[in-house]
This record gives sequence, structure tokens and C-alpha cells, in this order.
Amino acid sequence: MKLRSRHLLGLEGVSKEEIAAILDTAVSFREILDRPIKKVPPLQGKTVVNLFFESSTRTRISFELAERRLSADVVSFTTAASSVSKGETLKDTARNIEAMKIDMVVIRHSSPGSAHFLSRVVDANVINAGDGGHEHPTQGLLDMYTLREKFGSLEGLRVCIVGDITHSRVARSNIYGLTTMGAEVSVCGPETLIPREIEKLGVKVFHRLEEVIPKVDVLNVLRIQLERQKSGLFPSLREYHRFFGVTKEKVARASTPITIMHPGPINRDVELSADLADSEHSVILRQVTNGVAIRMAVLYLLGTSTQ
Amino acid sequence: MKKTKIIDADSFRRTVNRLAHEVLERNKGAEDVAIVGIRTRGEFLARRLASKIEEIEGKSVQVGILDITLYRDDLRGRLDQPQLKSTEILFDVTGKIIVLVDDVLFTGRTIRAALNALTDLGRPALIELLVLVDRGHRELPIKADFIGKSVPTSSDQKIQVLMTEADREDAVYVEDVPEDGKEMTQ
Repeated sequence: MKLRSRHLLGLEGVSKEEIAAILDTAVSFREILDRPIKKVPPLQGKTVVNLFFESSTRTRISFELAERRLSADVVSFTTAASSVSKGETLKDTARNIEAMKIDMVVIRHSSPGSAHFLSRVVDANVINAGDGGHEHPTQGLLDMYTLREKFGSLEGLRVCIVGDITHSRVARSNIYGLTTMGAEVSVCGPETLIPREIEKLGVKVFHRLEEVIPKVDVLNVLRIQLERQKSGLFPSLREYHRFFGVTKEKVARASTPITIMHPGPINRDVELSADLADSEHSVILRQVTNGVAIRMAVLYLLGTSTQ
Repeated sequence: MKKTKIIDADSFRRTVNRLAHEVLERNKGAEDVAIVGIRTRGEFLARRLASKIEEIEGKSVQVGILDITLYRDDLRGRLDQPQLKSTEILFDVTGKIIVLVDDVLFTGRTIRAALNALTDLGRPALIELLVLVDRGHRELPIKADFIGKSVPTSSDQKIQVLMTEADREDAVYVEDVPEDGKEMTQ
């Protein structure tokens, strides 16, 4: 099995077979993470550059670990938003990458479409590590991996994504991936944070947690960006927590024991109560471990295919 | 295309029996011996050897499976991406006598990859190499300790090992492959 594209820009349009191939490959890498020597040689001699134009701890470390464990040479570049117009900066950066003969680029940028743009102007394989509110494909993949590990299959699994759907790249990648794999996906959040016509992506919309909890197996709880409060999209964090915060009391009404996911970092007791985040319902730390295996699988599949 | 059977089911069984005895003789029993097969045919062969050794010695030996895909030296030159599978070695290799098992020994590149993969898992006391067929044409200084059958071949011939775990019969064939249809085998 070989991926059709030489880049991973998003999960939109990626086939069921391709997603399954990535998840299967990740199983092999997951085993390597439990070994005393967690390093294998397939990307020896390849250079990967991590371009992080937006702050990130988890994703950047996860990608770096994945790259190093595949024996690639790694250069990381982190910067806060620059005052230079973003399109211009990115184009310049792309030219520099070309000049330095780099094989693969991992990019995180606040502008949607930045990874697509980069893939059109450089020869290297491009992996999207989050582009604004568009997509975060490796997060979607690691969420699916974690669910498949726990439930065996994604077919018919009932997953609800809770929170700020409008601004969430995690939500979009999860929706594309999970619906492709045959899961039943729904979203739940305040009306101001759910995009109009999201039903067209094949998801059901709920505005009350109490209504959706008895109907699902999994809640994927999104981080609420504290800045959104200032823009008036919800009145206060307290009110958000009261209506959309996932707590033990609310989850107790589930028909089956519910699984809690969160892409991190968690605002404890805002979108998710602290006791629930640390409970046996939570697979949050498993998501983090699996993230390294998923990124190794993507880097390996893109980095070793000849096109 | 000419195809000749060089080992049939009966001699296949006898060969595995003999190899099991040789392993026991060389290592003075099965103490500290573990058998590691290289996917896919090496794995089947490893399991058969292990059950034979158990039959002879009356105690079990550990069996592991090694996937060498990540260690191949031709990983990037290939048009078809080899399917990555898992290594399943559930015991500590450090201090063990590892009998590394593969079906065919050819250029030696697979064994080179397997040795690297194996030493990344720990430090075995000793690694021995067992192959069902040694067909020559080495490209690396590698030699087997236990050989089922040495088969002098020309480089445009192909050795096909069949085992009932995956195929219809237990047998080994030599096949003449025309120049243009030549297949790269490691």
C-alpha cells in the first residue's frame, strides 16, 4: 500500500484504504516505542525541517521525537507571529528550504492553506501540523488510532466532538477521517461556535450535552480558546462550563461507559473537569503516546516512497 | 520457464529434523537457546524447528519473529513500498544464544539487516545463522552455521520456498527466470 499524495495536507479526500494503511503502519511503530532502544534507521540521511510559526509544545516535540526515532536529521524553527505579512514570509521561507536541499517539511501556521501553499512551491514532502482553523491531520489520525486500539474498529462508533467547532482544525480533521472510516460523528457546542451547514460534512448537530451523552460512545472534548470569550462568542467561562463543560455528573447519564478524549492542552474545569480528565474514562495520555507512532508512520510512508 | 523441484515434502521434513539436531549438538542442548525467524518463511521455519527441538529435548524454546523492513538497504530505491509488519520478540535477547532463521541465503543483505535489527533489541551472547537453502552469490562477508541444502545457482535463477503455512505444499523449487523478467530479491 502506497499513499496517493506525496504530502499529508489534510484528511479531506484521503481514502479509507489509505487511512487504514497509516493506522496499520503505526501499529508496528507503536511496538518500537516500548523497546529499550527506540530508534530505527529508515530515514537515515534524510533531513526534516520543522517550521513552527505558531506556538506548540506537544505537536512539535511529538514530531521531533518521531523524526529522530526514524534516524532523520532534524532542524526545528520556531517563531511567534511575525510582523511581516504572512504570505510573504512563507514564500521566502519556502525559497530558503529549496536552497538548503531539505527532504521533508513539517509546518504549523496560523493561516489556513499554508501547508497547501508550501506544497506547491517546494519539492520536499510537506506534512501539515495544523494550519489555522483548517486541518490537523496527524491529530485526526492519532485520535482514530486511539479509538481503534480501544474499540477494535471505527465502523459504527458514535463519536461526538464537543466545543468550538468553528475555529477547530482538530474537529475538521476528525470529521473527515472518522466519517470516511464509517463512524457516526456528531458535534455539540454553543450555536455561535458551530459553523452553519456543518451537516453537509455528514455530522449531526446538538446544542445540549445532556441530549447527546446518552447517544454516544466517545466524547472528543476540544480546548476552548480563552480569547474567544473576548470576541463575544460566549458570555463567560463559568457559563460555558455550566452548559458545555464535560463533568462526571453529566457523563453518568451515558448509556454505555463513555470514553473521553482531548487534544490538549486542557483548561481544567473549563471544558473538562479535572477528575474526569484523570479518570479511567480518559484516554488522553494514550493519545499522546500514540501520536508519536502515528507521526512515525506518516513520515516513514512519505519519506521512503519513490515518486 | 523451467522449474525443478529440489526438495520435496519428505526431504523437507528430514532436513528440518536434521537442522534441529545440529542446533542441539552445537549448543549442547537447548539451554539459553531462542529461535528468531525473519518474516515470512523464516518465521514458519523457526516455529517448526522449535517444535522439533521441544520434541527431542522435552522442553520448550522461545520463538520470536523479526521484521527487517525498516533496516533494508534498498528501502528507498524500490517502486513498491514493502508492507511494514511488527517485530514480535517477547523475550529479552540479551545473554541468549539466538538462532537466526531464514529460508534462503543469497546476497546476505537480509541477514545484515536482521543482525542490525536484532542487536538494536539487546546484546545476545551469540548469534547463529540457520538457512534452509544457501544459493551462493554473497555480496557481504556472511556465512551460515547451519544449512539445509547448498544449491549452486546462477544469478538469473530464482529459488522458491513453499511451506504449508502459506502455500499448498512443503517444497523448494529452482526456477529459470528470463533476463527481462528478473526479480530483485534480497
